[in-house]
Amino acid sequence: SLRARARERASQDISVSWFPANKHVKGKPCEDHCILQHSNRICVITLAESHPLLQNGKTIKSINYQISANCSRLQNKVSGKFKRGAQFLTELAPLCRISCSDGEEYTVSSCVRGRLMEVNENILDKPSILQEKPSTEGYIAVVLPKFEESKSITEGLLTQKEYEEIVVKRVNNRPETS
Amino acid sequence: MFPLAEKDKSIARLLFSTGTCPRCIFRFCGVDFHAPYRLPYKDLLRELENFLKTEDDDLSLEAAKPPLKKIRLQDEETQIDDQSQNGGEMIAIVKDENVIPEKPYLNACNICLGILQEFCEKKFIKKVCQKVESSGYEFTNLVFSVSFPPQLSVREHAAWLLVKQEMGKQGLSLGRDDIVQLKEAYKWISHPLFSEELGVPVDGKSLFEVSVIFAHPETDEDCHFLSTSCPDCFKPAKNKQSVFTRMAVVKALDKIKDDDFRKKFPCPPNLPKAFCSAVEIQCAHGAVFVAGRYNKYSRNLPQTPWIIDGERKLESSVEELISSQLLTVFKAESFNFSSSGREDVDVRTLGNGRPFAVELVNPRRVQFTSQDIKELQQKINISSDKIQVRDLQLVTREAIGHMKEGEEEKTKTYSALVWTDKAIQKKDIEFLDDLKDLQINQKTPLRVLHRRPLAIRVRIIHTMETHYIDEHHFRLHLKTQAGTYIKEFVHGDFGRTKPNIGSLMNGTADILELDVESVDVDWPPALDN
Repeated sequence: SLRARARERASQDISVSWFPANKHVKGKPCEDHCILQHSNRICVITLAESHPLLQNGKTIKSINYQISANCSRLQNKVSGKFKRGAQFLTELAPLCRISCSDGEEYTVSSCVRGRLMEVNENILDKPSILQEKPSTEGYIAVVLPKFEESKSITEGLLTQKEYEEIVVKRVNNRPETS
Repeated sequence: MFPLAEKDKSIARLLFSTGTCPRCIFRFCGVDFHAPYRLPYKDLLRELENFLKTEDDDLSLEAAKPPLKKIRLQDEETQIDDQSQNGGEMIAIVKDENVIPEKPYLNACNICLGILQEFCEKKFIKKVCQKVESSGYEFTNLVFSVSFPPQLSVREHAAWLLVKQEMGKQGLSLGRDDIVQLKEAYKWISHPLFSEELGVPVDGKSLFEVSVIFAHPETDEDCHFLSTSCPDCFKPAKNKQSVFTRMAVVKALDKIKDDDFRKKFPCPPNLPKAFCSAVEIQCAHGAVFVAGRYNKYSRNLPQTPWIIDGERKLESSVEELISSQLLTVFKAESFNFSSSGREDVDVRTLGNGRPFAVELVNPRRVQFTSQDIKELQQKINISSDKIQVRDLQLVTREAIGHMKEGEEEKTKTYSALVWTDKAIQKKDIEFLDDLKDLQINQKTPLRVLHRRPLAIRVRIIHTMETHYIDEHHFRLHLKTQAGTYIKEFVHGDFGRTKPNIGSLMNGTADILELDVESVDVDWPPALDN
């Protein structure tokens, strides 16, 4: 079908990799991220399905791009074709902090090295978008890796198969809930 | 009629004694009509000698002749064939103690280094014309450009100071403008010879250029003293090999004081050891432009060749399919393809097609009738079913501006096949038909963000027309402002284009197919195809 062909063409352009929770410095269980990389090397940082924020019953209270006293991701300014002035990110650099109504707080990490292009301001106004459409309109940020690192950027990340295996393992290891 | 009069005698004698050729003498005496320069060199030399002779003058004339280098007597006469080949040596047969020149015009002029001696005569011009003819260019006129080594300006300046001083003794002045320029005299002589030999007129506006570059390496360093006198005229430029360009030298000569000049450079200029030589004879034809409109029927064809890491990702391209035929027929060196906007690999261009122009660089064939161009158009259309061209025609460089104007200002219409995640009925899409001049904000699409600046573009969707297909599909026709990203308007690009079809319908939409229906630019003029 045309739709299938369109999706196939799109998937040729986009590869998906996973940044698992155990990579975080103080990662809480299951805080997995999902990185969508276009064939032009641009990365979109999103939450993986398994992330606690995307589970039933979670309500997001606020999203904060001010990650330290001196740094707000909203202040990121990028100019020209070569994107000068962008904040440089390492894998564990925080993008934002998300607070929930149950008191829990989560930090979303960059997962990839590169220049920050933009953070998603649409989710500031309507945090529920993040939960409704985490892989499209609810993205967190767009990062441009260095040209030399375009391919290697995903080498340290998990393939879909590896990610699914980890998720299965977690479920098996989890004590039965009553 | 010999152009010099009694009043010119002292200057002529002075210059002749320093080793100046007859034509340069004419120039410094202000002879500003063409005819005398065009007489053969031998004749000019003879007439000049007669002119300078007085009653008991044979001896003094010998004395006035420029000193020649004495060379060991050889058994045979040494024949000098083509001195112009490599700046031939100046030799003379030495008999007794006196130096008698075998061929009087062996001496290279101390001002023009030979430019107004044999390099403007038939033999040399014929040699140039032979090269022009063998190069295979088609032309109906030509422009002749000649480049002299910068040190000629220095020698000219030295001669001027000398003559100015001499005239000063007579109470006369001599401005720079009273002297006929070397290049001007050269062209007076060479242009008719070119026309005669090639059978076409010389025209300053001609696209066909014949260029000759002269050099005289022996005296290249003559200019160097100027950099100490006028250092700010000689700024090292990255691209140029030498900082002593003609322009810089002329500028410095303008500035330098007469006394300073005379301290550093001999007045009169000294005799060169050899003639200068023509180091480059080239011809080139200015670019010609072919315009038209193209249709694209393939969903697998890029605009330009798609090559990554030396590997071609997709076969051929719009530009190659159109331009390669033109390149062959025009026998051009290379081409530059441009169009009024462009479409993605997977997008077709229907309707009247998209305006394009091909610049053919250095073409050897330029004469084409409109019938020829029609046949060329047919040839292109037969060669491929992926593209078709129409309205193919020759245009001027200025006309290209219309095309680029279209890219930014004119509207385009499209047809998109849209998929929706939610099931829809006819009535669910009708509202789109009523939206007029809808303003959208598009952040730079992610798929081009690696090579475009991050920005928000405000664009207008002028009109839309929907055609229902089934619960998850409909066709969307739209007319938009130039520069609108259609795909992103349909699928929303992660919500970075707002509003988008998905958001307008409170759901998710995707684009399955896109066609360009029209590019609303009325250039190039439509032909009777």
